[in-house]
Amino acid sequence: MSDLLTLTGITKSFGGVRALKGVDFSLRAGEVHALLGENGAGKSTLMRVVGGELQPEAGSITFEGRSLTLADPKAAADLGIAVIHQELALAPDLSVAENIFMRELPAAISWGKLNRRARDVLARMGFELDVRRRVGDLAVAQQQVVEIAKALSRDVKVIVFDEPTAVLSSRDAQRLHDIIAVLRDSGVGIVYISHRLEEVFKIADRMTIMKDGALVGVTSPQVSTIDDVIRMMVGRSLAALFPKAAHRSIGEEVLKVENLRRGIKVRGVSLSVRAGEIVGLGGLVGSGRTETARLIFGADAKESGEIRVHGKVVKINSPLDAVLAGIGLVPEDRKHHGAILDMSIRINTTMARLKPVVNALGFIRRQRERDTVMKLGQQLRLKSAGPEAPVSSLSGGNQQKVVLAKWFHAGGDVIILDEPTRGVDVGAKTEIYGLIEELAAAGRAILVISSEHQELFGLCDRVLVMAEGELRGMLLPEDYSEEKLLALAMTNSVAADQAAPLDLPAHKHQPVN
Amino acid sequence: MTQSVTATPVPASRRSFDAGEFFRRYGTVCIFVVLVVGAAFESNAFLSDRNIMNVLRQISGTGIMAVGMLFVILTGGIDLSVGSILALGSVVSAIAIDAHGTGLGVGLSVAAGAGCGLVTGVLVAYAGLPPFVITLAAMTAVRGFALIVSDGQPIMMGDDASTVITNFGSGFFLGIPDPVWLMALVFVLAGVVLTFTKFGRLVKAIGSNREAVRLSGIAVPRYVMAVYVISGALAALAGVITTSRTGVGSGVVGVGSELNVIAAVVIGGASLMGGKGGVINTLLGALVMGVIANIMNLVGVPGYNQQVCMGAIIVIAMLLQHGSRWFKR
Repeated sequence: MSDLLTLTGITKSFGGVRALKGVDFSLRAGEVHALLGENGAGKSTLMRVVGGELQPEAGSITFEGRSLTLADPKAAADLGIAVIHQELALAPDLSVAENIFMRELPAAISWGKLNRRARDVLARMGFELDVRRRVGDLAVAQQQVVEIAKALSRDVKVIVFDEPTAVLSSRDAQRLHDIIAVLRDSGVGIVYISHRLEEVFKIADRMTIMKDGALVGVTSPQVSTIDDVIRMMVGRSLAALFPKAAHRSIGEEVLKVENLRRGIKVRGVSLSVRAGEIVGLGGLVGSGRTETARLIFGADAKESGEIRVHGKVVKINSPLDAVLAGIGLVPEDRKHHGAILDMSIRINTTMARLKPVVNALGFIRRQRERDTVMKLGQQLRLKSAGPEAPVSSLSGGNQQKVVLAKWFHAGGDVIILDEPTRGVDVGAKTEIYGLIEELAAAGRAILVISSEHQELFGLCDRVLVMAEGELRGMLLPEDYSEEKLLALAMTNSVAADQAAPLDLPAHKHQPVN
Repeated sequence: MTQSVTATPVPASRRSFDAGEFFRRYGTVCIFVVLVVGAAFESNAFLSDRNIMNVLRQISGTGIMAVGMLFVILTGGIDLSVGSILALGSVVSAIAIDAHGTGLGVGLSVAAGAGCGLVTGVLVAYAGLPPFVITLAAMTAVRGFALIVSDGQPIMMGDDASTVITNFGSGFFLGIPDPVWLMALVFVLAGVVLTFTKFGRLVKAIGSNREAVRLSGIAVPRYVMAVYVISGALAALAGVITTSRTGVGSGVVGVGSELNVIAAVVIGGASLMGGKGGVINTLLGALVMGVIANIMNLVGVPGYNQQVCMGAIIVIAMLLQHGSRWFKR
């Protein structure tokens, strides 16, 4: 069988970082081709090239034997290439039928005809769905069906699925696989990106493995085992950035979380962290780590679960409750959640505990506040023009230090850090690792979320691994290896079918408190 | 904090004149100065003591309401109900001063305004409803309420009861009208609160990045609610001034005044997205509105034309403060 789509030597950089380094990829008609790799390996970037969303700097694209360039997503769509992203591109207030024919809605809609055509498309996929329903009211799995139907409403030759089952229960994932089988048998070429290796091994005809923006190899489930594939995916190493672990003594249990739940992102997580201990929370992006942290901190409302600090049950319904209980969170999204960029270092630093710098009448004791902030700035080796400089004037690493300073100042016993070194240069990384060590040495209980496995291994006393909203296992230092971490994160899908059907958006901000 | 070699605070090149930055900062001052100079050329009467005091007296109500509106806008909200609360304040003060004397009467009036603000504040801050719609509803409801309380009629106060308050309305202290002193007091207090207190800091911070403030463990809704209470109380206080100037409480005063108040705050450089704005510029914004109306009256521009000019001035102010990026393109 000849290739339907061939990519040769695709190269793409973002601001000096090479995201794709001359990648080759080929897809045949009527095959399911899995694209595998860690977060940041370049899978999604490559597929955005296929979808015409990104233009490569070098390399060629051949489609049905013709060499061509894909200038924009419309060009790709016109050729019959559809990319279904993780974040569905649907209009929640429109009906199923309207969404399916979004690109070609006539100025005057004939509802009878539109709905009939929509039903036809769904029937071809073997699906029944009321085409007049509002898409926002559908379950995520059904929305995905609409997204696929949208692609099938035109003559489609290539469909790319970017982690389609990440949000699905295993029963819905099975139905999706049935649809994919139908598509394959009708001669469509399918690219399938997934972190669930077991399901990949069930449905893929071939597998391409990427690492750090480069091609590692092409294989098939008949030739390789899951372990082989994991071995091909890992192997990135960070320089030795980690401070020699100070002599920390690990004490009493400080934070204990039991059976935390919210929607499908956090499904019964229990963990504990002791004084002076650094515990890592590993897993893939989207495995529910950030959501777990936000639930512990009260940033989102939990459906159930109990949180204890120093053995006492604390009611945490808002970040205020968490701060009063002595819990701090360095959020993943520094610019929107961590710091007030327009305001000064001084104001940001004292935000979580204003009491010592405010007098009984509510007036700020400016001198005392300045002194406090200056002292913290020195302790954290903050590089700035002074405490009055706006946080936006700082480098990423120093912005992160301001967020850390906020929790140094707040003085709680539990600190949760979500991707603490994201967007931070190497030098500042080392310093931030040192500060985390310092916090632990001072007897704080630390929970670190990171997608950089080496960071977890270098920093943590033990690493918990999450997948699909559940804790899948724990690694102790003697077990530290990326293979073992990925094996926990990517296999053993015991996805419960009774998974809460609520599909709450994970980052829905609570307006109250 | 360590001064570092790698982070040079102010590069020399930035000392050169940046027109966009200049107007963003001093746009309101510029507009004000240009207006005053222009007005002085247009009319000899403009710079007379009498006329200046007149302008100040006229803007005292708008100015006081603008302070409340500034707090609301700093949090990223809006309060459309201030014109109606002004009317309620006027009506309640006329009735209550007649019945209970000046002190308690003024107190009750301000409390009524604060009560209106409390209701909108709770709905906006705790129920998470959009401030535009909620205060629009309050605008209608409170206006109706003011008309119900006054039975749709102007409320005359008895001569004895009204002496103190009308003396305040027409009186002078050190050559400056009493209501202007009251406005000055409100501005000074607001300036102190915004600059030196925890409350002022958090109001600005909430407007800058509400989520980051919430994730620092601050009870955000409490502060959001408070700004609507302040806005309501100050609007009612402006209503008391209206009553003091005419000696009559009326449920129909202040129709459309919320728009003048918002215009004053916005001409003062505040961002409707929240977080940006200050007391001094807000005062200048109120003065700009007052001076424009005054000079057009002095040179005899008809009322409808005045409205068109007013709209044009607001647009010019916006272009000066925020248009530099657009011009650069």
